Amino acid sequence: MEKRSTKASSNDPKHKHDPDDEDFYLNNDDDEYDDDEDDDNDYDDYMDDTDDLEYTSSNASKYDPTPSVEIFTSQNSTVTPNSSYASTSLKNLSQSTTNQPDLSKSLTKRNIELDEEFKYEVLSPDKIVQYMTECIADVNSVLELTPTITRTLLHHFKWDKEKLMERFYDGDQDRLFREAHIVSPFRPNTYKRTTSSQSTRSSRLKEFCCEICFMQYTEDNMSGLECGHKFCKPCWREYLTTKIMDEGMGQTISCAAHKCDILVDDTSVMTLLQDPIVKIKYQHLITNSFVECNRLMRWCPAPNCSNAIKAQYFDAQPVKCDCGHVFCFSCGELWHDPVKCKWLKKWIKKCDDDSETSNWIAANTKECPKCQVTIEKNGGCNHMICKNQACRSEFCWVCLGPWEPHGSSWYNCNRFNEDDAKKARDAQEKSRHALQRYLHYCNRYMNHHQSLKLEQKLTASIREKMEEMQQHNMSWIEVQFLRKAVEVLCQCRQTLMYTYAFAFYLKRNNHSIIFEDNQADLEIAVEKLSGYLEREITSDNAVETKQKVQDKYRYCEQRRKVLLDHVHEGYDKDYWEYQEDL
Amino acid sequence: MSNLLPTRILKETQRLMQEPVPGISATPDESNAKYFHVMILGPSESPYEGGAFKLELFLPEEYPMAPPKVRFMTKIYHPNIDKLGRICLDILKDKWSPALQIRTVLLSIQALLSAPNPDDPLDNQVANQWKVNEAEAIKTAKEWTKKYAIDSN
Ligand SMILES: [Zn+2]
Ligand SMILES: [Zn+2]
Ligand SMILES: [Zn+2]
Ligand SMILES: [Zn+2]
Ligand SMILES: [Zn+2]
Ligand SMILES: [Zn+2]
Repeated sequence: MEKRSTKASSNDPKHKHDPDDEDFYLNNDDDEYDDDEDDDNDYDDYMDDTDDLEYTSSNASKYDPTPSVEIFTSQNSTVTPNSSYASTSLKNLSQSTTNQPDLSKSLTKRNIELDEEFKYEVLSPDKIVQYMTECIADVNSVLELTPTITRTLLHHFKWDKEKLMERFYDGDQDRLFREAHIVSPFRPNTYKRTTSSQSTRSSRLKEFCCEICFMQYTEDNMSGLECGHKFCKPCWREYLTTKIMDEGMGQTISCAAHKCDILVDDTSVMTLLQDPIVKIKYQHLITNSFVECNRLMRWCPAPNCSNAIKAQYFDAQPVKCDCGHVFCFSCGELWHDPVKCKWLKKWIKKCDDDSETSNWIAANTKECPKCQVTIEKNGGCNHMICKNQACRSEFCWVCLGPWEPHGSSWYNCNRFNEDDAKKARDAQEKSRHALQRYLHYCNRYMNHHQSLKLEQKLTASIREKMEEMQQHNMSWIEVQFLRKAVEVLCQCRQTLMYTYAFAFYLKRNNHSIIFEDNQADLEIAVEKLSGYLEREITSDNAVETKQKVQDKYRYCEQRRKVLLDHVHEGYDKDYWEYQEDL
Repeated sequence: MSNLLPTRILKETQRLMQEPVPGISATPDESNAKYFHVMILGPSESPYEGGAFKLELFLPEEYPMAPPKVRFMTKIYHPNIDKLGRICLDILKDKWSPALQIRTVLLSIQALLSAPNPDDPLDNQVANQWKVNEAEAIKTAKEWTKKYAIDSN
């Protein structure tokens, strides 16, 4: 079963009914379902065709808040799958018992310099629907199809209007509709014609057998898509509910008939469904696929935030949501300059992966041949003495035989120089070296990660100090340098943290040496600044302290800029060589 | 859950008994009307010819919105059927449609015996053998049929 991420809009505010949206109303032959003019919910402008007065998003949350909660949960686990880079495997190694969501919370208000050139917009849930509606209307002003067909076509082209237009006018239209799993609205539909000619009074009384439940129904109670496959309404309802609720399908539900891949349109879904909870879930799934398919949109990954960012072009740039969260538009992680999205992704995956550590354990530990206690080899000597005090048996690491016949020196093992023994030794060394290198970067990465998490605590203690200093003849404006210092500190830590993900994959060359110097420089400066803020702020030497702190954070800022500029220059001029392929 | 069987299942069962498909039999269990004892005869001109294969078929609570669960009870050498008798067939998974029936599912399984599909394997080892040396694979399938689906019955 496929779990799809969904995004909830728990608080869709009502908005004025826009008369221009009138075009957008989907037409349904079924006169049983009238447009509900009073219903001015965004979704209904879009989904239309429901006379179910109970149904508006706001009513529905009163009706039963559970689905939104459930949707939120699934959104958090799927939209931000990588946010837990405090991997369990690392917890053991670096003693960090971290909890990622705390970090993203503490980092939300960070002022990261945003590129003025990179234009983007923050869309609230209702704005997202409005924007989707506009996109459809925009295309429809040219194509003049029904909105639901246009939406399906747009979805097929990942909401790239130009591509759709191009294919629509330049290509084989029949093929286009076939590929998008829509019945071409331009092809005379033989089935439709027969049914409409059948729709006489006499045929209305005729009974049809539903192929799903095997029950007899009059034509009024049968329903189907453009493809002509008809089933009874209760069966459709159950089918759609299973797809939406159990399988999380929205955009991609196809006709219930075997081998029919025609997609179910919004009109049919909204007309056939009755349960408002299912309807809302469907709408969320549709909005979600709109955002997720759209290259120029991304959900804000902050927990409990249901905004999305809409950019003018696709790029790895920092964006700031209205909730305050700053993240990379391209990958959704925290803004991670200087490391590139792809390398960061690889790094996070590596950190999440246990195998690195287990390989090392496999290569560096053996069981005592006598009592089976796991023994780690931590020196060059092969003369092993079991650490189990009750056992204390002595054996040879290489052949695992008892030590006694080996004599007093390790090289007496007659197997030691055999090829396979040598290979085993080399492999052990290699794996140990690789792991130590990894741990070097990882520990530093985690260390900054950990420190960043303490930001809130630091901010609180600094606030106290600021108040204290104000009581000692300093004005409010004069103590603001402390606030600035904390901000710079955190900004630098975030940069440093990601420099370790960058450096891990870097091959050594002259530029990587310069980079490492810059990194070391910034690291030392940052630790000094951190030390000042934690210890040396007292009201006694306020003026002197202020000077010292200001000098230090300015230096940090400057070093950070130098480091980043150098890495960016390297990207432009191809300085960087990597240890492995992406 | 009501003890009353849905009309659909009742009618399907009735039809299966009254108009059986050649080479296929499906009988509901005496104590559980949603559990069927199935027998499929190996199609002629296939390595399974002459064999009688036992299967079990169970209709889950969600049926017909969810597909029936089907499994071979008789050992069979086939690239799309694994050691446990599980069947790799699209209509039993994502291509399931509520308009399909027990009858159509069993017919599809019978067709799968006539046309093994080593490109969509469930048992990699068997599928590989099928690709590398089809003659040998067919020979093995015939041997297994003789050993498990003919003699033991
Ligand atoms: Zn029905
Ligand atoms: Zn159809
Ligand atoms: Zn947000
Ligand atoms: Zn990124
Ligand atoms: Zn021991
Ligand atoms: Zn030895």
